[in-house]
Amino acid sequence: MNRLNSMFNQKKNNLLSVYFTAGYPELNTTVDIAEALEKAGVDFLEIGFPYSDPVADGPTIQHSSQQALDNGMTLNVLFDQLGELRKRVSIPVLLMGYANPMVQYGVERFCAKAAEVGVDGVIVPDLPMYEYETLYKECFAKHGLSNIFLVTPQTAEERIRKIDGLSNSFIYLLSSASITGGSLNLSDVTETYFKRIKDMELNNPLVIGFGISNKAAFDKATAYANGAIVGSAFVKFQAEEGYLERIPDFVKSIRS
Amino acid sequence: MKYTVNEQGYYGDFGGAYIPEMLYPNVEELRQQYQNIITDESFKAEFESLLKDYVGRPSPLYHAKRLSEKYGANIFLKREDLNHTGSHKINNAIGQILLAQRLGKKRIIAETGAGQHGVATATVCALMGIECVVYMGEIDMERQAPNVARMKMLGAKVVPATSGSKTLKDATNEAMRDWINNPVDTHYIIGSVVGPYPYPEMVAKFQSIISLEAKKQLLEHTGNELPQYVLACVGGGSNAMGMFYHFLEDEQVKLVAIEAAGKGVNSGHSAATSVLGKEGILHGSRTILMQTEDGQVVEPYSISAGLDYPGIGPQHAHLHKIKRAEYVNITDDEALQAGLLLSQLEGIIPAIESAHAFAYLEKMKFEQTDNVVICLSGRGDKDLSTYIKHFGF
Repeated sequence: MNRLNSMFNQKKNNLLSVYFTAGYPELNTTVDIAEALEKAGVDFLEIGFPYSDPVADGPTIQHSSQQALDNGMTLNVLFDQLGELRKRVSIPVLLMGYANPMVQYGVERFCAKAAEVGVDGVIVPDLPMYEYETLYKECFAKHGLSNIFLVTPQTAEERIRKIDGLSNSFIYLLSSASITGGSLNLSDVTETYFKRIKDMELNNPLVIGFGISNKAAFDKATAYANGAIVGSAFVKFQAEEGYLERIPDFVKSIRS
Repeated sequence: MKYTVNEQGYYGDFGGAYIPEMLYPNVEELRQQYQNIITDESFKAEFESLLKDYVGRPSPLYHAKRLSEKYGANIFLKREDLNHTGSHKINNAIGQILLAQRLGKKRIIAETGAGQHGVATATVCALMGIECVVYMGEIDMERQAPNVARMKMLGAKVVPATSGSKTLKDATNEAMRDWINNPVDTHYIIGSVVGPYPYPEMVAKFQSIISLEAKKQLLEHTGNELPQYVLACVGGGSNAMGMFYHFLEDEQVKLVAIEAAGKGVNSGHSAATSVLGKEGILHGSRTILMQTEDGQVVEPYSISAGLDYPGIGPQHAHLHKIKRAEYVNITDDEALQAGLLLSQLEGIIPAIESAHAFAYLEKMKFEQTDNVVICLSGRGDKDLSTYIKHFGF
């Protein structure tokens, strides 16, 4: 059983994941950040591999990606860094990025390398279901990598059922149909959407992301899902002086 | 029909719909509905009526006598520059605004490089009374200021794209982000044969009026609807796909697509995608694009703001790979010279995009009896400052 499934078996709710972009704000801090987040009590990690044209991301994450690229981050560099990861970090790790860098690296080579360095799953927002099923599913399965699908308020029930059938770790529920970096809408509409998905009683756990920037949003999201992911809020925090030492404070501010 | 799209949206190895889930409902709605809508009789009647009375179609096929004498062939110009708004972009904009109306959309977004597509979109939105937001790279806004003014006068909001190279690629990213944030009421009028399926197919169909008319007109001029050569410039490739469309199955017609080499293919300042690019994924489709070894998109360069796109449409990628069309390139200087030559031989100042296609005539060898059709995709008014700067007028 991979680390993601073990985690969801052991802990059913209140799970916290944090996203950060590899190579930002400095090139070589990827594993230090991962270790600090684990020690601060984060349950699993999302490490972004940067892309020049990230259409699903807002200005904060886009800026971090550009900075990371300017710092010299590449998939080769990231995999070298992650080679150290499992000596220091035991929580599940996901890679998040866009299809083109993965395809250029070679999907077979990407999956093999990701598995070798202890990555448990991949989130590729612009890799749609048809392309995943026909081109990449076999390769992901062969290397024991989970592919995480996104669901939005506009995703039809039939499609959500199909996504549930193709998923083997969790489903990433977007709090709204938007790019990253917004704030969680705490309206009745959002609540109705979360409840609608929860009531579908899907086979896979649910984790809510996009717009989770504070404790109120985290609490709201985890009332309906097994966990929530903080992204832009953490990346913004990384721009502050001495952020690495203050990671425990950041995590406490989200989930005390 | 080996050149057309399959049910999954692929032209051979290229195409598809590489989009985030946030865009899936919009793109799926289009995929399911566009065929029914555009084949509906009332749609066809309205589209044809607007093309005739508003755009001014059919655009003439002009036999350029002095140009023909110079190059030793019968050279015909498909005069898309005479369309309302000054380029072929209006054909697609009219088609998509009618489609958006039938889909019940209340808001239009678009991206633009040279501004021609932005102007065309702002125009059709004014015509139909629909809100219009156009994303344009900050640098393009500076170098195409008259088109920015036109869009604003037509009532559109022009939003500068300030990320990356601040040109067309970044404007496209911003438009896609806007669409992600406004999934229900907004239609994205993509201006070229790029993007997720069904856009490349849909835009090609709206532009195919160019080759449909050209065939009939060439028959009237020469007694034969098939020329020996068809030439068009390619950025994303919408005028070229419109110009090639009805000739694709006529294997004896040689199709030539002219890309922008900028300061030279290997100068580091070029947009010659078919030479410098590799297969990859950009803006929703698998195609050929300029990128680093690590899959990061490379900023293209051309003196023409309409040709500096890092990819080509997936159908072009397919035609290139299977060698149905020949993809060649022309430098900035060669294009500007060709623009000057056309101005002085025929009294037509072409857009610098189109001038790239004319420049390639210098590199071809013809028989006296050859018929050659070139898509004159746009007029050069918008490029006057560039011509002035280059020639010191």
